[in-house]
Amino acid sequence: MTSFWSGWIILLTAFTIAATTWLLFANRYSTSKEGDTTGHVYDGIEEYDNPLPAWWLWLFVLSIVFGVGYLIFYGLGNYPGLFGWTQTKQYEAEMAEADAKYSPVYERYAAMTIEEVAEDQQAMRMAGRLFNSNCAQCHGSDAKGNRGYPNLTDSDWLWGGEPEQIKTTLVNGRQAAMPGWEAVLKETGVHEVSEYVLKMSGQEHDAAMATAGEKHYQTYCLACHGPEGKGNPMMGAPNLTDDVWLYGGTRMRIRETLIKGRNGQMPAQQDTLSAEKIHLLAAYVYNLAQ
Amino acid sequence: MNTVNQYLDHPEYNYKVVKQFAVMTIVWGIVGMLVGVIIAAQLAWPALNFDLSWFHFGRLRPLHTNAVIFAFGGSALMGTSLFVVQRTCQTPLISNKLAAFVFWGWTLVIVLAAITLPLGITTSKEYAELEWPIDVLITVVWVSYAVLFFGTITKRKAAHIYVANWFYGAFIVTVAILHVVNSAAIPVSLTKSYSIFSGTTDAMIQWWYGHNAVGFFLTAGFLGIMYYFVPKQAERPVFSYRLSIVHFWALIAIYIWAGPHHLHYTALPNWAQNVGMAMSLILLAPSWGGMINGMMTLSGAWHKLRTDPILRFLVVSLSFYGMSTFEGPMMSIKTINSLSHYTDWTIGHVHSGALGWVAMISIGATYHLIPPLFGRKQMYSIGLINAHFWLATIGTVLYIASMWVNGLMQGLMWRAYNADGTLTYSFVESVAASYPGYVVRFLGGAIFLLGMFLMAYNAWRTARSGTEATTNVQPQVA
Repeated sequence: MTSFWSGWIILLTAFTIAATTWLLFANRYSTSKEGDTTGHVYDGIEEYDNPLPAWWLWLFVLSIVFGVGYLIFYGLGNYPGLFGWTQTKQYEAEMAEADAKYSPVYERYAAMTIEEVAEDQQAMRMAGRLFNSNCAQCHGSDAKGNRGYPNLTDSDWLWGGEPEQIKTTLVNGRQAAMPGWEAVLKETGVHEVSEYVLKMSGQEHDAAMATAGEKHYQTYCLACHGPEGKGNPMMGAPNLTDDVWLYGGTRMRIRETLIKGRNGQMPAQQDTLSAEKIHLLAAYVYNLAQ
Repeated sequence: MNTVNQYLDHPEYNYKVVKQFAVMTIVWGIVGMLVGVIIAAQLAWPALNFDLSWFHFGRLRPLHTNAVIFAFGGSALMGTSLFVVQRTCQTPLISNKLAAFVFWGWTLVIVLAAITLPLGITTSKEYAELEWPIDVLITVVWVSYAVLFFGTITKRKAAHIYVANWFYGAFIVTVAILHVVNSAAIPVSLTKSYSIFSGTTDAMIQWWYGHNAVGFFLTAGFLGIMYYFVPKQAERPVFSYRLSIVHFWALIAIYIWAGPHHLHYTALPNWAQNVGMAMSLILLAPSWGGMINGMMTLSGAWHKLRTDPILRFLVVSLSFYGMSTFEGPMMSIKTINSLSHYTDWTIGHVHSGALGWVAMISIGATYHLIPPLFGRKQMYSIGLINAHFWLATIGTVLYIASMWVNGLMQGLMWRAYNADGTLTYSFVESVAASYPGYVVRFLGGAIFLLGMFLMAYNAWRTARSGTEATTNVQPQVA
């Protein structure tokens, strides 16, 4: 903020408060006697000219003193205030306090391997609570996922189910990129590839169209999903031959995926959670599928 | 009762528009509160959205807020202000045609809101969801209303301007500015526009508007109602002219600063949060000035509360006003806000103002106005007014108490930690724990709505029956 605007804010605030204080004291006393009215009559309504109630006046003064004092201590415009308070500093101080208090609890597990942590009952109870606060929003409180959000309790893994692979997913997040193929394949091509995908996963399909679809598959899809459709955990490309479907395995859903593409996104947890907590969560997720 | 004679002594005054707005206050009150009860039920029992897109909470919630604030509250404010300005300036409205335009224009705005909001046509700005063509219509109607109101004041036969008109005037001017600035948008089609503000600026403009919709629409405007109808109904002079001057100027000078307290601990710069909190605390005394002036006006007339349920509505509304204007500054303190923000406590706070203050004072003023507007001595049944009073009070108390309990519980559950520093409760557990509170809130709202049906019946019987009141009055009018 430029010093002009900072000065503007401070002056305007000071003027408003000063003018209010003047208003209060300039009208404090009444010269008329008790029971006298102002002499105006509006549609039969008269007005007494009673003085301001003293308790109300001092309540007003007290709130003004507090308000001005608060701004002096907490800041206004570019003036940082005597305390130098900011909400960021308050957040950092509270987080530091929490870290100092709780990190010994987590440090004990940081030295253990993920497999060892997964065997520890106490660690898994703590990790379960972390999961409910940070992961259940998408993956569900039972960790079985939902359409677009993977089931974490089965043995099917998009990005790999080894302990370190799970941890990498948690730390850095994942960004999947299935392109939309409508422009390349056209409607017929999309339908043909859909039939081939149905065939690979052992579902009812149109044999002639699947044969045509296989040619497209070998040209466009093989690079990520592999020659046999088994997928590739390096790219998060799903296995197309099993009955696990992230976005649905019906003919309509497969066509939709082919036409529009999919962009599954797992957010990076290192931005919000400490390394020790992620370590516990990795063990928890690993343990879910055991 | 002499009010009928007294109000009918100026046959040239335009009471038609007052009558139209008074009737619509009851009608829109029932509609808006009914939608409120429906969405309260949906929060307790989500299956009640019946999987109909236009019946969903997200579509009906803005319909509820728009209907109660702008249709119910707006009708009460426009009707009473056009009545009070004529009575206290001793002059008729400057134009009956303009008055008719304001009524029918405002009705059109409300009907368009009732159609577009369930269809999902929305700017998504809270309390300003209506799309740009309706915003333009609001501006035209509002400017007409301002011309009508201030034009009548300029032609007044009284030397001074009565305090109720200051509050109505501040409400009309400020709401115009708030509406135009906050709704500034670039249209891309007839039903879609984008705000000219973005990011944090947009949020700050939104809450500058939102909080001053509370401050000038729901507070200053209704203080205008208070300053006329409380001394009228109590038949007592206003307690202190001096206090009314001081708290008026202080209220309008300070309220406009308070919006940032809606954005504590967000991307809003620290200094803006600080000044929002400081000004919100300073706002306590100016707000209470109105309550004191209303309450103290009753000194010497307290015995009337025993027999006059209309006065009870007015006094209890002032009590709720005093309570929620204490609660508001308290909730603006950052430490308390970090507990109360995003919880049901906020909804409870809003409704102690909306049901306890805004609705009750509107109901009291409408009961005061209905008999003379229909040429009757008094309401058809005083007993039904009394029943309405108790239903409204019990409904409000159930509503706000359940939301306090829910809000504190949610705030405490969200910040509960285990010994290992993990959260004790997941969010969904706090939702499940809120269920009993949601049921009680639904009951409270339904009880309040039931009172509104009694009012509608009572008003209808008043309008239809009791010709003897009219015959008593006719010679006086003639």
